[in-house]
Amino acid sequence: MGKLIYLDHAATTPVHPKVLEAMLPYFSAKFGNPSSVYTLAQEARQAVETARTQVAEVLGSTPREIIFNSGGTESDNTAIKAVAFAQQKLGNHIITSVVEHHAVLETVHALEKMGFQATFLPVDKHGLVNPDDVGRAITDKTTLVSIMLANNEVGTIEPIADIAKVIKARAKGRKIAFHTDAVQGAGSLDLNVDKLGVDLLSLSSHKFYGPKGVGVLYVRRGGPFMTWQHGGSQERNRRAGTENVPGIVGTAAGLKLAEENREAFNKHCSALRDRLIVGVTKIERSYVTGHPTQRLANNASFYFEFVEGESILLNLDFEGVAASSGSACTSASLEPSHVLTSMGVPVESAHGSVRFTLGLENTQEEIDLIISILPGIVSRLRAMSPLSAEKR
Amino acid sequence: MYSDMVMDHFKNPRNVGSLTDADGIGTEGNPVCGDIMKIYIKVQGNRITDVKFQTFGCGAAIATSSMVTEMVKGKTLEEAMVISNKAVAEALGGLPATKMHCSNLAADALHRAIEDYQAKQKVA
Repeated sequence: MGKLIYLDHAATTPVHPKVLEAMLPYFSAKFGNPSSVYTLAQEARQAVETARTQVAEVLGSTPREIIFNSGGTESDNTAIKAVAFAQQKLGNHIITSVVEHHAVLETVHALEKMGFQATFLPVDKHGLVNPDDVGRAITDKTTLVSIMLANNEVGTIEPIADIAKVIKARAKGRKIAFHTDAVQGAGSLDLNVDKLGVDLLSLSSHKFYGPKGVGVLYVRRGGPFMTWQHGGSQERNRRAGTENVPGIVGTAAGLKLAEENREAFNKHCSALRDRLIVGVTKIERSYVTGHPTQRLANNASFYFEFVEGESILLNLDFEGVAASSGSACTSASLEPSHVLTSMGVPVESAHGSVRFTLGLENTQEEIDLIISILPGIVSRLRAMSPLSAEKR
Repeated sequence: MYSDMVMDHFKNPRNVGSLTDADGIGTEGNPVCGDIMKIYIKVQGNRITDVKFQTFGCGAAIATSSMVTEMVKGKTLEEAMVISNKAVAEALGGLPATKMHCSNLAADALHRAIEDYQAKQKVA
């Protein structure tokens, strides 16, 4: 196998060399516990608070509204449970969408089992939530709306600012918290919490060239919140546990870099994405999934009739190409992607989905290689498939 | 994830295709689950003399289909009927646990093909 062609940046990104460099001193030389009093520890405290300020600058928030934790899943869990339980006396209704990440969907399902009510809004064929549907779903028991900023599978960008306006108008002075899972949008979209109009926002560092196992939850000051992890007084009593100092430093370095590179990233990736889409859709009976224009600059997702996604991924891997699929065969469940099926993609076709997510290090030569090898892979698998023989 | 033997059968599947003069055809699985195996057999004097497969599915689905065609060629119908999905997986050096149920249906497809052949014999 030759050089790796990595086209799965929505799964995870490599730690950027500058990020790694920023993190390294905090593993051994500056290893102090930020809660201790001596100079060594205070260096670590300083690093954490500087990181908090840097993250707050990107989000347009105050540093105290930033909570560092273990990642996107923890952020989603905390955001939803914190609001739901803090507001339990005012209402028990949560609104979300059918295309959310499992970290949101499963958290809401867990709350349903505890007696909360939930509305899962549908999406159109491009994966968009209609803001008016949010408005119509709001009842006098609604305390929380959680809609993702951008979809991880198909890259559709949700109209978060419009949804925020609808919520505000329908709330009539009542407090309805608005959470967005922005994990997939970081590095490509504006994360300013006031422009988005959100009260809570989730981020995961390893999606923007930071380390794994660390994330951010923004919580608007004065909003409802209930602590879920109890212990020490870290993170203003909102998340106990000794801070992951190198991870937090890496988070801030990664996010700062991603924000600085955002325009260049979007320009670079969207050109490659469009080239990939044009090239790949020349394959007979191939389809683009997601929105034609309201999509992340780095997401090119497809499905191919009569073939199964994992078989395509294995063949791509033989050529050194790393990509992903929404096929049931690539997950532990027997169901294909809930995102694709809720957008109206037939179940059998959802098994044939392939997602390429690009990064700054990808080149036009790499894209052209995919365009040159994919037709052969698909036709070889189709030649083997009983479905293509019957349907054509 | 997959054993070397699974990858070998996936990369170089044996006996891919269909038999236009098949004596029996069997299908197992469904597109909703993401796996369909179709097996074609040619029978002479109670023995399977030729066998081909077509499969829509993941690496495990293709490898098990390929393996079962290798295992069954030249076997009597009785010997073929006792080949189990588990035996096919074992012949491949094992499969990941999540693949054992959804993608390991090739022996069942073979049995459907034999039953199809036997049903046709009764009519004739």
